[in-house]
Amino acid sequence: MSTATPTTPTVDQTPAPRRKGLSPRTIWRILLLGLVALFFLAPLLWMLSTSFKSSAEVVNPNLTFLPQDPSTESFSTILGAPQTPVMQWFLNSLMAATGQTLLVLVVASMAAYALARLEFPGKKILTALVLATLFVPPISLLIPNYVLVSQLGWLDSLTAVIVPGAAGAFGVFFLRQFFLSLPVELEEAAMLDGAGRWRTFWTVIIPLSKPALATLALLTFLGNWNDFLWPLYVLFSPDKLTIQPGLSTLQSAYTTDYSIIMAGGVIASLPVLILFVISQRFVIEGVSRSGLK
Amino acid sequence: MVTAAEAPPLPAQVRRRRIGSPSPAQRAGLGTSLIFILPYLVLFTGFVLYPIVYGLWISLHDWDFLLPGKPFVGLKNYTDLFTPGSVTSGRFWDAMRATGIFIVLSVPLMIVIPLALAIALNKRFKGKNALRALFFAPYVLGVAVIGLLWRYLLDPNVGVVNYYLDQLGFDRIPFTTATPYVWIALVVPTIWWTAGYNMVIFLAGLQDIPKELYEAASLDRATAWQQFRNVTLPGLRPVMVFVLTITVLASANVFGQPYLITQGQPGGETRSAIMEIGEEGLRRFKMGSASAMSTVLTVALLAISLLLLTFMRERKERKKS
Repeated sequence: MSTATPTTPTVDQTPAPRRKGLSPRTIWRILLLGLVALFFLAPLLWMLSTSFKSSAEVVNPNLTFLPQDPSTESFSTILGAPQTPVMQWFLNSLMAATGQTLLVLVVASMAAYALARLEFPGKKILTALVLATLFVPPISLLIPNYVLVSQLGWLDSLTAVIVPGAAGAFGVFFLRQFFLSLPVELEEAAMLDGAGRWRTFWTVIIPLSKPALATLALLTFLGNWNDFLWPLYVLFSPDKLTIQPGLSTLQSAYTTDYSIIMAGGVIASLPVLILFVISQRFVIEGVSRSGLK
Repeated sequence: MVTAAEAPPLPAQVRRRRIGSPSPAQRAGLGTSLIFILPYLVLFTGFVLYPIVYGLWISLHDWDFLLPGKPFVGLKNYTDLFTPGSVTSGRFWDAMRATGIFIVLSVPLMIVIPLALAIALNKRFKGKNALRALFFAPYVLGVAVIGLLWRYLLDPNVGVVNYYLDQLGFDRIPFTTATPYVWIALVVPTIWWTAGYNMVIFLAGLQDIPKELYEAASLDRATAWQQFRNVTLPGLRPVMVFVLTITVLASANVFGQPYLITQGQPGGETRSAIMEIGEEGLRRFKMGSASAMSTVLTVALLAISLLLLTFMRERKERKKS
């Protein structure tokens, strides 16, 4: 659990002697890391600055990083255009991502608890199946799930981007590992006090699992918000799209009017970037932990 | 996160009861267990297990989504894929080839660069956490944002990169429309987007390598390179297998970048396997052949991951003996 704690003493491979002033080696390192940092930061800053340029300025051969005449023209264009209802896509994504996150939290935590603690016939087989499907490439589900979703009448509705994606094995696997690490004695104490299985789960296990649940919630929300392939095909009415497939239609609607396209990119990125800044450690540690287990 | 130390002290009889089997917490009525597992079981069966089988079934039919009749054709969709000159085989193998090129070009960089970043950040210095967050940040953006953003940056006419190339006196480069530059336009944004993810996993792996090994190596006057070869790399082996596998699989599943940045240009040369399956099955609605393509791709991916895992395990065993 503590593998990724950033505060653990780190291994310094070049134990440089402590002295005042910077060694040439350190200066090189700072320079190099600075350049790399620029590579990671610059595209984001260009997206932001371009979104505040006018359509004419984007094609001006004398390009400048900062807008020469800052305006919110591209934002008002994109938010007012009926064929590209960005605000609607934004709300659709918000509903889909929130809906799927809640669904995954409830369903996966209950299943994970059953797999970690309860006995029922077929448990071993089910556990093995859930684990095995972690290795099944999602592409093998694309066509059959499309047919299934169309038979259920979910095509072109948010249900299609909420429900099938919640069936993935990752959440169950992730929470099962966490529940297994909890001491059984806690549940036993609660049950000796007369609490039933159901109440023990909600009043003992769930409160103890907040960090794991928060990590899973973040990863699920991000995954759904950023999903592209599936919603691109199952949603098609302009007002039904989520933000990622919606953005891709901007390219055909505005071809090379990049100030407008970048404004769309800014709108789509803001929620996830804000979420990331707030919960940075959670996300990063969640990723490195789920990677190593 | 939650350690045994945080648990309230337990009465002695509870602890004693745990010795021997089965404790009361292990026992639960079948009904209760079913309530817990049923909701997920329905989802899992409906949208994972059943579709796996259903996909194979579809691949055995001439399954046009828009036509009522879906005649059974046996393995024809598969044999067509392996018959040169058939309607589907040319497009499919071109797409597989493009995907292969992308894997070969992207995976080594997606290992080396994140590893270098992780080693650079695996020290104590001011601003380390800020850099870690910055390198990771693009990963939280969706592929549509990444695609549109880099489409702009690399635009042959009004793009930022070409503006700077021009200013520096170089020729403009048609990144999004001509080989071999299209591969740069796919690989560089991919690195920018996901290097932080691999880096974070490498960082966690580096922190698990016992510090004493480096101290011992230093005492033996090992150079930085020798320490990297003999301490860091062996210590990272399990993490390396994992990162290599997920990176190969991620690259094999590439879709958004060629869909948005190069749009398959030039002449379909950068159309990836997933793009072809999507087009065949969900635009032309030829679901039988698309499912056969999915199966072939899936088998290839499973074979690759199996190969990587056994290869790495073998090397480990040989080292032990």
